[in-house]
Amino acid sequence: MNRLDRRFAALAECGRRALIPYITAGHPHPDWTVDILHAAVSAGADVLELGVPFSDVMADGPVIQNACARALEAGTDFDRVLAMVEAFRRDDEDTPIVLMGYMNPIERRGQERFASQARQAGVDAVLVVDCPADEAEPMRQCLAAEGLHQIFLVAPTTTPERLARICNLAGGFVYYVSLKGVTGAASLDLDSLAAPLSRLRKHAGLPIAVGFGIREPAQAAAVARMADGVVIGSALVNRLDRAGSAEQAVELTGAFLGPVRAAMDAVGEDRPASAVNH
Amino acid sequence: MAEPAIRYPGPLQVPDASGHFGKFGGRFVSETLMAALEELELAWRTYLADPDFVAELDADLAHYVGRPSPLYFARRLTEAAGGARIVLKREDLNHTGAHKINNTVGQALLARAMGKRRVIAETGAGQHGVASATVAARLDMECVVYMGAEDVRRQATNVYRMKLLGAEVVSVEAGSRTLKDALNEAMRDWVSNVDSTFYILGTAAGPHPYPAMVRDFNAVVGREAKVQMMDEYGCLPDALVACVGGGSNALGLFHPFVDDTDVAMYGVEAAGRGLSGLAHAASLCAGRVGVLHGSRTYLLDDDAGQIRHTHSVSAGLDYPGVGPEHAWLKDSGRARYVGITDEQALTAFHQLTRLEGIMPALESAHAIAYGMQLAARMSPEQIVLVNLSGRGDKDIQTVAETEGLSL
Repeated sequence: MNRLDRRFAALAECGRRALIPYITAGHPHPDWTVDILHAAVSAGADVLELGVPFSDVMADGPVIQNACARALEAGTDFDRVLAMVEAFRRDDEDTPIVLMGYMNPIERRGQERFASQARQAGVDAVLVVDCPADEAEPMRQCLAAEGLHQIFLVAPTTTPERLARICNLAGGFVYYVSLKGVTGAASLDLDSLAAPLSRLRKHAGLPIAVGFGIREPAQAAAVARMADGVVIGSALVNRLDRAGSAEQAVELTGAFLGPVRAAMDAVGEDRPASAVNH
Repeated sequence: MAEPAIRYPGPLQVPDASGHFGKFGGRFVSETLMAALEELELAWRTYLADPDFVAELDADLAHYVGRPSPLYFARRLTEAAGGARIVLKREDLNHTGAHKINNTVGQALLARAMGKRRVIAETGAGQHGVASATVAARLDMECVVYMGAEDVRRQATNVYRMKLLGAEVVSVEAGSRTLKDALNEAMRDWVSNVDSTFYILGTAAGPHPYPAMVRDFNAVVGREAKVQMMDEYGCLPDALVACVGGGSNALGLFHPFVDDTDVAMYGVEAAGRGLSGLAHAASLCAGRVGVLHGSRTYLLDDDAGQIRHTHSVSAGLDYPGVGPEHAWLKDSGRARYVGITDEQALTAFHQLTRLEGIMPALESAHAIAYGMQLAARMSPEQIVLVNLSGRGDKDIQTVAETEGLSL
């Protein structure tokens, strides 16, 4: 049981839904990332998703493309991302960190070395966007050897056969992609979420987080009625893009996530109990 | 008019059932696309085994594309090289001017069979974009083509051609603003419109089944060449030469010859300003194994695993990855891969133009340049078969610029 399992178990106990903000490491500036992570926790984040910048983010929309480009221009490489996690861990032992990224930077480092260094830095799980269950086995074993979970995406297009296979491999939580599209797309249809989420609930045996296209407190609250966690990425990254200093970035993070947290908590009571009881 | 005599062999020994060519290939995409790739694979396997579908494809290749394309003995080019006879496979004579149409005709028929009314494509030089817009016009489909902004500038006439054909051309400003960025953007479109849209990928790269499917649609080139060589020369060629960007024209020629081990195979990559620097696009000659655009293959990246900007005078070769089957052919030793610089390609462009009255695409000029080098090292009774994959009309602006002219 790693930090991520403990966190979801604790949340389930008190009926709180996980707020999972995503930020791109090194955006808007590598020196500000650790402060932004702490600010997110202060504003009510339960799990942190930290994007490892990549030059060719095929599954991401323009906001995260731009964030990755800025982070790379500012010299964010993988060593620097690990240093950020280490620095964060000096002041926060408890908040789980999920690294989110693409295959090639991991391949270049070597999967085993990547997993070992990620664990040493204080990472708890890894989501590789372009590594579906079919290709995941070597990676999953490297991560498991270090006690790290591999997080998998489930999409509206995922067939029942695939769903069973993914749920077999998944650890930590299952990330449901709420729409057919890239990150930051505008057209989240809340009504279409209920049916696939209840189907997923039957298979998963793990907490379910929902992401892609969630940008406002009201949407986050609506999703919190149906899922164990809510991922917000592009909407936050878009605001951070305007920050001119670490202080501004911290302030923007709190100002954005605070109302999201409040809206999610306000619906906590009338939501049906989670199928997951640890 | 003769119909091509050879039937589709169907999926061959590679890739395996999961789309891997040895350690290469596979399906490295976001989960959202996995079901669509499974659906596409099923349709590809089903329809290529369907005699009606294959008959329609063969008829289109004969009457619409203009197949078979001839073999042409380039006598004066042979004299200039001074060695083996150089024979050209004239894919430049196809409708729309390149081998690309073999694949788009096939994929568009597949799209129609699958009930998709909207097609998207990525393009570098614009040849695949034009070929996609062409088949979309004919089948009355909506067509959107993604093209890097740098390529939009380099290939203005092809952009206009696509618009005339009714396609929407989207200029992609991200990254290096070339083919790889166009491919990223096409993937994003597909993920967002996966129910209604068929992605006509233009090269033998990307996630399974694209590398194998694009190869199979282009393999008509090699099948014809084999028959034509036996008919016209009574033997198989001693060597095959083709340029490699993503690698579809090369695989189309090579694939039917893979088991003919006496036939040497040479893939020619863009060495740009030289392989010793970074301004090239030679992923097999100078790259290493990684994951890009859905498959594990050779690619050009930095030590942090970020994909590098590439350079070639030819937009169609200006790509940091390569199809996984080429990676497999390289590692198995069956094919060899070499580099030709911008300057060498431009020289070959002028030579073929002036000696034979055939203006090659700058991509194909790379193959011509290496074909001449190779022929010079061989004896006059031997034959080098070069795939002249496209014609050069689209490139005259670029060639003029290298001479300080503006048209």
